[in-house]
Amino acid sequence: MSAVVQAKGLSKRYGNTAALDDVSFDIDAGRIVGLVGPNGAGKTTALKAILGLAEFDGSLSVLGLDPRTHRTQLMEQVCFIADVAVLPRWLRVGDAVDFVGGVHPRFSREKCEKLLARTKIKPTQRVRELSKGMIVQLHLALVMAIDAKLLILDEPTLGLDILYRKEFYNNLLSDYFDEQKTILVTTHQIEEIEHILTDLLFIKEGKIVLDATMDDVGERFAEVMVNPDKADAARALQPLYERQIFGKSIFLFDGIDKARLAELGELHKPSVADLFVATMKGTYA
Amino acid sequence: MNAITPTGKFLWQVKRELWEHRGGFLWTPVIIALVMLAFIAMGLVTAELTAQRAGFTLNGIHIDQLASHIDADAMAKFQGALDVGLITMGMPIRIALFVVVFFYALGALYNDRADRSVLFWKSLPLSDTQTVLSKVAAGLILAPALAVLGMIVLQLGFLILFSLYAAIHGINALPYLWSPTHLIAMWIKFAVLIPVNALWALPTMGWLLLCSAWARSKPFLWAVMLPVVTGVIITWMQLMQSFSLHSGWFWQHVIGRVLLSLIPESWISLDSLKALDHANADPSLALGNLFSFGAIAERMASANFLIGVAAGLAMIAAAIWLRRKRVEAFA
Repeated sequence: MSAVVQAKGLSKRYGNTAALDDVSFDIDAGRIVGLVGPNGAGKTTALKAILGLAEFDGSLSVLGLDPRTHRTQLMEQVCFIADVAVLPRWLRVGDAVDFVGGVHPRFSREKCEKLLARTKIKPTQRVRELSKGMIVQLHLALVMAIDAKLLILDEPTLGLDILYRKEFYNNLLSDYFDEQKTILVTTHQIEEIEHILTDLLFIKEGKIVLDATMDDVGERFAEVMVNPDKADAARALQPLYERQIFGKSIFLFDGIDKARLAELGELHKPSVADLFVATMKGTYA
Repeated sequence: MNAITPTGKFLWQVKRELWEHRGGFLWTPVIIALVMLAFIAMGLVTAELTAQRAGFTLNGIHIDQLASHIDADAMAKFQGALDVGLITMGMPIRIALFVVVFFYALGALYNDRADRSVLFWKSLPLSDTQTVLSKVAAGLILAPALAVLGMIVLQLGFLILFSLYAAIHGINALPYLWSPTHLIAMWIKFAVLIPVNALWALPTMGWLLLCSAWARSKPFLWAVMLPVVTGVIITWMQLMQSFSLHSGWFWQHVIGRVLLSLIPESWISLDSLKALDHANADPSLALGNLFSFGAIAERMASANFLIGVAAGLAMIAAAIWLRRKRVEAFA
């Protein structure tokens, strides 16, 4: 199976700043990829390039199509949820279902109605009468009823409470995702989705700084809690990151033999959030 | 799963415009018609009460008897006058149509970028060309068709009210007021005028859509101020005698065309209107001449008309191009 997204030498400049700086990556089918980076790192630009919503330099193939020239065709296979409240406020729920059913060849009205039946959303309501969380429920129902190959989520749960956030990802996993589908998601609430991700892409100042599967991450990275007496020995191994807690030091290592690290102290698997902080240090400095 | 045709997609998009602009497209003409009918009804009641209080007796005069003395010529004149009245009655609806479609076009490619719902529409397999053209169709065909519907409601309501009024006085007005052939001919003319008006309005539609797709804020200022300021500068330069272009020509054929061509029937040339003044013929004949198929065809073949269509299409093409580029504006 060829890659769903193939990017080679992707670049995009806004004035003097490079939003994307010669970025290359592949995304394979059946993966759930977290595209993670600080504000302004180029995440949204990368997503827009994939969706054909922004110009860029370099080569990019999405499902074998060039998003710059085959946008309409591409959007039959690609779905997209940007941060909340992009559904037009005047739109009625029932009309939204009719409309998507009228223009999208891969939309299942039946499935959409089934999904909506689980919520408190009524077909006669307008989007402006719905709460933020309900708008996202509606958008998700519309999108999940589309049998697309690639789903792109850009901060889909921004501003939602924890109940809606959990439900969002639960629905996605239980009723949507399968090995035929690929999901690319950006979010700042990385700790909430790290257990569903299969791959990580870290982006910093327009460059990919980490491109690994979650299994790789478990292999490569380790966190060690070290007593003060062994701290210098740990520092000698060039940790990515160091932080203090309860008088002990916690070091994050990349690619150091686990047995060696175990001699220094207690080993942990680092969370993606810790890895993120370690990788991105100095971003805002 | 679903059978989707390009035509089907297009119609759904036009429908979407109706959902969003039902108030302007549908309710505005209907409400104007109903309000005017209410005023007419009030007028009739007032007239009736005043007449009774003053002791006039309308009943004494029998139109039927009068009518029997009317010759065919006078009857035709009456019909003509009635036609003129029925057509001019639609003026408020036409003016409202101009205002509604003007602001519709200004917002058509701007509002969804401002509230970011453009990202939702762009997440669906819809081409920018179809999207823009659906908005052209909604503004130039759908809205005028609904306005015509409003005018027909108004005319029928008017005729019904007067027939009732006459009936109260024991007069059968049906043969005088209701002439199906006249009414249907008029409505056919209304329908024919929709595409004529649409073609004439293309430069304004194109210009407004272009500004709508282009502006990062305040599309109204761009759309109105740019031509007006240009016009003022040209007029000033002409006053300074440094520019040979006739400023009057520029105001009429460029600024007027890009801003005011949405006014229904504004393709009627000023010359032919002036000719009307001189003609001492009765207004219905003059109106008939003005809107005769021959006059319409002649007007459509004029350079002003055809160049306008070409310029309008070019600006619509530019708006489509911008629609494709300008998503980033608000991100």
